[in-house]
Amino acid sequence: MTTYIPIADRDEELHDHPHSFITKWVFSQDHKVIAIQYGCTSIFVGLIALVLSGLMRLQLGYPDSFAFIDPADYYQFVTMHGMIMVVYLLTALFLGGFGNYLIPLQLGARDMVFPFLNMLSYWFFFISVLILLASFLVSGGPTGAGWTLYPPQAILRGTPGHDMGITLMLASLAVFIVAFTMGGLNYVTTVLQARTHGMTLMRMPLSIWGIFVATILGLFAFPALFVSAVMMVFDKIVGTSFFMPAILSLGEAVDHKGGSPILFQHLFWFFGHPEVYIVALPAFGLVSDVISTHARKNIFGYRMMVWAIVAIGALSFIVWAHHMYVSGMNPYFGFFFAFTTLVIAVPTAIKVYNWVLTLWQGNIRLTVPMLFAMGFIFTFVHGGLTGIFLGNVTIDLPLSDTYFVIAHFHMVMGVSPVLVLFASLYHWFPKMSGKMFNQTMAKVHFWGTFLGTYAIYLPMHYLGFLGVPRRYYSYGTTDFIPDSAQTLNANITNAAIFVGIIQMLFIINMVWSVFKGKKADPNPWEATTLEWQTPENPPGHGNWGSKLPVVYRWAYEYSVPGVKADFVPQTIPPEEVEMEEGAGPYIYRGEEEHA
Amino acid sequence: MSNQAVDKVGHWQTVCDDWGDDKQAFKVHWGKFMMWIFLVSDTFIFSCFLVGYMKVRMTVTDPWPFPSEVFALTLFGNSIPLILIAIMTFILITSSGTMALAVRFSHFRDKKRIAQFMFITAAFGASFVGMQAFEWSKLIAEGVRPWVNPFGAPQFGSVFFMITGFHGLHVSIGVIYLITVAMKILKGHYDKTDYEIVEIAGLYWHFVDLVWVFIFAFFYLW
Ligand code: HEM
Ligand SMILES: [Cu+2]
Repeated sequence: MTTYIPIADRDEELHDHPHSFITKWVFSQDHKVIAIQYGCTSIFVGLIALVLSGLMRLQLGYPDSFAFIDPADYYQFVTMHGMIMVVYLLTALFLGGFGNYLIPLQLGARDMVFPFLNMLSYWFFFISVLILLASFLVSGGPTGAGWTLYPPQAILRGTPGHDMGITLMLASLAVFIVAFTMGGLNYVTTVLQARTHGMTLMRMPLSIWGIFVATILGLFAFPALFVSAVMMVFDKIVGTSFFMPAILSLGEAVDHKGGSPILFQHLFWFFGHPEVYIVALPAFGLVSDVISTHARKNIFGYRMMVWAIVAIGALSFIVWAHHMYVSGMNPYFGFFFAFTTLVIAVPTAIKVYNWVLTLWQGNIRLTVPMLFAMGFIFTFVHGGLTGIFLGNVTIDLPLSDTYFVIAHFHMVMGVSPVLVLFASLYHWFPKMSGKMFNQTMAKVHFWGTFLGTYAIYLPMHYLGFLGVPRRYYSYGTTDFIPDSAQTLNANITNAAIFVGIIQMLFIINMVWSVFKGKKADPNPWEATTLEWQTPENPPGHGNWGSKLPVVYRWAYEYSVPGVKADFVPQTIPPEEVEMEEGAGPYIYRGEEEHA
Repeated sequence: MSNQAVDKVGHWQTVCDDWGDDKQAFKVHWGKFMMWIFLVSDTFIFSCFLVGYMKVRMTVTDPWPFPSEVFALTLFGNSIPLILIAIMTFILITSSGTMALAVRFSHFRDKKRIAQFMFITAAFGASFVGMQAFEWSKLIAEGVRPWVNPFGAPQFGSVFFMITGFHGLHVSIGVIYLITVAMKILKGHYDKTDYEIVEIAGLYWHFVDLVWVFIFAFFYLW
């Protein structure tokens, strides 16, 4: 038997050099093209979700002024907005987009290990998006069950879209999971098996660590969603009773009995909570690299950062029932899940401290990506703190299903990851397109988004304390909601419309710069990681020309004393590092000592 | 690392060194590694199905039927419990053996033998699916449907058809997979590279067998 040759040691060139437009840009197997396809598709659906949120806000801020939004529409908007944002925008863009783009480039691989499967992954994702959008066109419209899709109401008559809508939603999710699995297998295998010479696991940029662990979470968490989608489709179409108890609906007994709605909640949140980290971990990773690069300092506590990512990933599988405190579960369960939830705060806090300590005394360059990254630290700390409230059973019970929850999760998993997405999109745009974006426009975009989202979500905490419930079309008159709450709501809506519109700056900037932007420097941020050292800009097919890069050190060699430049790329051999007059030879202290 | 050093720090250190090394974490073909992760992910799917089954079995309001009666077959005038399922299980486990032989011959690069044993394995798999179809039609003829069940809780039919169906789908895909790989081997598609693909297909097949053992235990013996 011959021994197996590592991918990095094989001298083969890529076999399939694409020639026609179709193989190059449509059915491409190149990870960079697939990444851009994922990116454009997810941003496109994300914009739809943004419009839906604007419509909801119009109704909430100015109740009954918009005749075209009736209560059923509102529920459909809530549902589609939530689901699209979480799954089809954030998951797809972080993993399908940045995962695809960065894994081979930052690890020094020519492509994913199985490019054909990678291409299929995108096209399955594309189909899932088509199915999702098709639900807007069928009779009855998309499902209005809320993004959690809880049965029994998800499939009972009386819930909007209980007919075709919910079926299409479940089908779309199932196809999405197949797509994710095909991509995810590639990401994990490429990270573990296709790194280049010298790229040890503990030299990988944190972006890769975040994406890698998040992908593993996805591969283990999405099965629960898949199974619940299959079982619910059966309940809906075939008439089984997995989740459906005997129940009266609109005065009639349904044809179901003996099912367990709580089972669905467990399955859903066994997926749903890790899903939060599927979105957050890549964000943690990407933002670490952005912060370190633009602060011209090595990331503080690299080893701790890696272990924190791994620990958070592992813990995220044993906290799911903190979403179910109000489901009537055993108080001892509540105790257990509250405890594990609060334990997660420890590695999370370590990460936050390390970001701040990376900035501390750094030579901070207030570039556009850096602005967004620093904005992220604010919103994430903010959302994380309210999470500690909600993790405790006794505090969660009165706050559950109020605007406090809305404010919490928008801060922590809505705004925060989105800010990282913008940071990363601006950071890597020069590499992806070879062009520079317009700085002024981008800075306006940042301040509008950052301040605007605070204007939206800060008041919502207060509304939550008043007890204003979430998922309500309008409130009528109640004892506990004062009239002034309506004024607040109107102002939140104004801010939301403003934030929505200002996102157009981003789109315009990107599209304009791709065609008309200034040519970008191959390494405009003076970063150390491999993707900035490619022979061509943007990198060509196969990424590295004839020879794979060799890695000599970790990804955070910034502002090393004695070195002339304030950064040392991972690919420069130690003897070629230029030193200042009088400084001794360059010594690499190693990633171990920085820990 | 010298041998002495290994003794000093213990074997865990060498394991960590291997994982933390550059290029690759495991000294295996990437395809095999990818199959492993896929199977772990698939394990989560089957586990969720089985956990769902257990939970539903606890919440149902009607009595759960006795598997040994429902799955009995009348042969020569005697009702023998679980006989068909015993045969099916036996066949599937045998097919794991023939698959192992195919893998063995792949180490000798013996194209004909590999293909031969893969075809035999596929044939066993196909007969398993055939018998499952027989069992399904028997239950259907007796009036069991995913939504009704003359023997007790309707959920019995729901879970039965869903889980065995999902497993049967895996077997059927496996049969197609094995046949495709065997044909490609005969055509000389892997002559220039390695026969790793046989082991990869083998992993999948053993997994599908293993899952069956769990389904068998939870469904027919509980
Ligand atoms: C300008 C940006 C956004 C605005 C104005 C906005 C607004 C809203 C509104 C009004 C609701 C419904 C509240 C209710 O009636 O219960 C909602 C729900 C939700 N949003 Fe956002 N949102 C925005 C961005 C995001 C982002 C980026 C995410 C990504 C995680 C997100 C995830 C969700 C989820 C999961 C729900 C819950 C849906 C449900 O209750 O089923 N939103 N949002
Ligand atoms: Cu959670």
